[in-house]
Amino acid sequence: VDLRYSEAEERFRSELRQWLGEVLPKLPPKPSALDWPARRAYDTTWQRMLFDAGYAGIDWPVEGGGRGASPVEQLIYLEELEKAHAPYVGVNFVGLLHAGPTIVVEGSPEQRSRFLPPILRGEKVWCQGFSEPGAGSDLASLRTKAVRDGDEYVVSGQKIWTSHAEVADYCELLVRTGEEGSRHRGITWLAMEMDRPGIDFRPLKTIAGSTEFGELFLDGVRVPVGNRIGEENDGWRVTMVTLGFERGTAFVSEVLESGEFLRGLRRLAQRTGAWKRGEVRRRMGHLGAELDALWALARRNVSQAARTGVPGIGGSVYKLGLSEIRQRIGEFGMDLIGGAGLSWDELEGLDGGGSIGNGELVNTWVHGFSRTIAAGTSQIQRNIIAERILGLPKS
Amino acid sequence: MDFELSEDEVALAEGIRSLCGGRFPLEKIRAGESGDGRIDPEGWSDLAEAGVFSLQVPEAAGGVGLGMAAGAVVFEELGRALVPGPILASHLAGGIIEGAADGKVLVGSVHRPAGSGEGSLAPTLIGHLSSLGVLVVVGEEGLSAVDPSELKGVKIERPLDPLTPMWRVDQLPEGRPIGGAEEARVWRRAERVLGGALLVGLAGGTMELAVSYAKQREQFGKPIGSFQAVKHMCADMLVAAETARVAVQAAAVTIDQPDVGDPDRAAAGAGLLAAEAAIKNGKISIQVHGGMGFTWEVPAHLYLMRARVLAEAIGPLDDLSELVAELY
Repeated sequence: VDLRYSEAEERFRSELRQWLGEVLPKLPPKPSALDWPARRAYDTTWQRMLFDAGYAGIDWPVEGGGRGASPVEQLIYLEELEKAHAPYVGVNFVGLLHAGPTIVVEGSPEQRSRFLPPILRGEKVWCQGFSEPGAGSDLASLRTKAVRDGDEYVVSGQKIWTSHAEVADYCELLVRTGEEGSRHRGITWLAMEMDRPGIDFRPLKTIAGSTEFGELFLDGVRVPVGNRIGEENDGWRVTMVTLGFERGTAFVSEVLESGEFLRGLRRLAQRTGAWKRGEVRRRMGHLGAELDALWALARRNVSQAARTGVPGIGGSVYKLGLSEIRQRIGEFGMDLIGGAGLSWDELEGLDGGGSIGNGELVNTWVHGFSRTIAAGTSQIQRNIIAERILGLPKS
Repeated sequence: MDFELSEDEVALAEGIRSLCGGRFPLEKIRAGESGDGRIDPEGWSDLAEAGVFSLQVPEAAGGVGLGMAAGAVVFEELGRALVPGPILASHLAGGIIEGAADGKVLVGSVHRPAGSGEGSLAPTLIGHLSSLGVLVVVGEEGLSAVDPSELKGVKIERPLDPLTPMWRVDQLPEGRPIGGAEEARVWRRAERVLGGALLVGLAGGTMELAVSYAKQREQFGKPIGSFQAVKHMCADMLVAAETARVAVQAAAVTIDQPDVGDPDRAAAGAGLLAAEAAIKNGKISIQVHGGMGFTWEVPAHLYLMRARVLAEAIGPLDDLSELVAELY
C-alpha cells in the first residue's frame, strides 16, 4: 500500500487546480433544478469547457477523445473538482460515468470514435433505459422486445426510472432479443437515438417534488444494428460492466461531497449551540470516520480498476456503505435543525457563515431515500456481496 | 498511489498466517482456558523470531525496520488467529523497553485513568500481569515503566475473555518516566492502528466462522446461507470488516507517510470502526450459529470477548469519535 502520488500526478493536480481557480469564478449562476433545457445547457457548456482545456475523459483512451491517463489521475481530478466546488456532471452522468466507460471497454473501435468524443465535448447527452415496470431488482426479467429487421432492430416496450430523458440524445437501452424466458441469456445492449419516431416520455414526480426521471414508452422504434454494443444476446455481460462502473467509480466524488456537507453541519451546530453537546460531536465524529473509511475504499477500488481495467466486486461494498451513510448524514442534519426542518423554503438566519440552510438539508434528507434504492437496492447489494464475495448459495 | 497490498506485504501476511496455523491452532490456544494464565514461552519466542516485536525497530538497532503498514498486516493475522498475550504493548515497546523486541521481556500496558483517585469508581484491570516483565503506564503527560512485581494485583477469577487473564489493581505507582506527552500521543495513536488491526482480524475471523457454518448447516432442506435473512447478516459482517480494514490500512500508511493525511484523525477513526466491526460481527456470528453460538464449545464467543478487551485497550470509543469530530 502506497498512498503517495507521483510527481507527475502532483503536477497534474496543481495545473488543474490553477485552471479551476481561473475559470470557476466566470461561470454563470446555476439554473433552476426544474428547468431541464437550462440544466442541459449549463451542464454541457461546463463539459465543453473541460474538454477544451483537456480535462474531459481523464482515463478514457485518446482515440475516444480522452486524455489517456490513469484511473488515479481521474481520482485526483474528481478530488480537485469537488474541493473547488466545480459543477456536478449533471445531465452528463449517464454518458460520462455509465454508457461512456462501457463503450470504452465493450465498443468496437468505430463505435468508440463515434460515441465517445461527442460525450466528452458535451454535445450528446445520454439517458438510461434499463429498468422496467416489471423488471426492477430482477433486471434479467426485462421484456422490452427488439426484433431484427434488416440492418435495424425494431423495439417495443416500456422503461422506467429513465433519468434526463427529456433532454437526452441517446438512451443506453437493454432489450430482449432472445426468446421469452431466456432471462440473462437473451439480452442486448443498444444505443438508441432519442429523436426516432415511436418514443414517448412521461415524467414522474418524486417525493422531493422534482422530476428527475420518468417512464419511456417505445413503440416500433428503429435502432441501427451498428448501435449494438457487444454481441446480440451478450448484453447481460455488458450490463455487468456498466453496473461495475456505476458501483465502483461513478459515485467516488460523492464521498468527498458528503465530507463537505458534514463540515457544513458542524458549522450549523456551532451556530445553534448544539455543538456543546457531546452526543452531537460524537455522532458527527462517527460519520466522519465512516466517510474517511469510504474514501479509503474508493481509493482501493480505483487501484483495482487501474490494475484490471474494470472496477471489482468491491464496488458493491462501497455503494452499500455510501448509500446508507448519506441517509444517516441527512438524518443527523434533520435532528440538528428541529422545527426548521419542516420547511423546504430557506428560512433566514440558518444558512450563511458556511453552514447549511434548512432547504438544502431537507432536500438532502429526502433524496437520501433514493440512495438505497437506485443503482441496485441495498438488499440486492447484500445478495451480491453474500453470493459473489462470500460464496453463499443462491436463494 | 496504489491501495493494493504489495507483494512483500502479501508474503508477510502469509508468513504470519502459516506461523499462527502451525504454532497457534485454535485447539492449542483453547487449552489455555484451563491453564494458569501464563504465556507459553515457546510460542512467545516463535513470535519474537518471526519479528512480531522487532518489526518497527530500525535495522541499525537490530530490528526488522518496517513501518506501521507492515505492522497492520501482521496484527490483522494475529487477531484473526486469536493469538493470546500482551502482543500489542510488547510490539509498541520494541524500541523503548530493553528486551521487548527480542521477546525476552513481555510488556503490558494500561492507560492511567484520567481524574483517578477520589470518587473514581472505575477499577483498573490489567491483562497477563503474572507474565509481564514491565508494565507501561500511558498517561496524558507521558509514558512510565512500572515493575509489575511492585503491584498488588488481585486476580480476577472469571475474566470476560477466557484467554486474557486479568488482575485488578487499585493503585498505579508513578513508575520510571520513559517518554513525555509526545511519546504518549504516538503510543496511543499506534495502539489504535495496531489494536484496530487485531480487531479487524477478529471481525474477519468470526465472519469466516459464521459463513462456513451458514454454508453447511441445513434447515428446511437447504443450507441456511441460502436464506436472505442469513445472507444479509453475513453481508453486513463483510461490509463492517472490509470498511474497517481499509480504514486501518489507510491509517497505518498515513503514519508512515504523514504527507498523505492526518495520522491522528485516521488512527482514531480506524480504531473506532475496527472496534465496532469486531463487536458487531461477534454478535452477528453468534446469531448465525443459532443455539450452538451460545455454547462454550463453538468459538464465536471468544472473538466477541477478545473484541471487548481490545476495544477497552484502545478506547474509550467515545473519545475516539470526539477526536475525529475535532480533527475533521
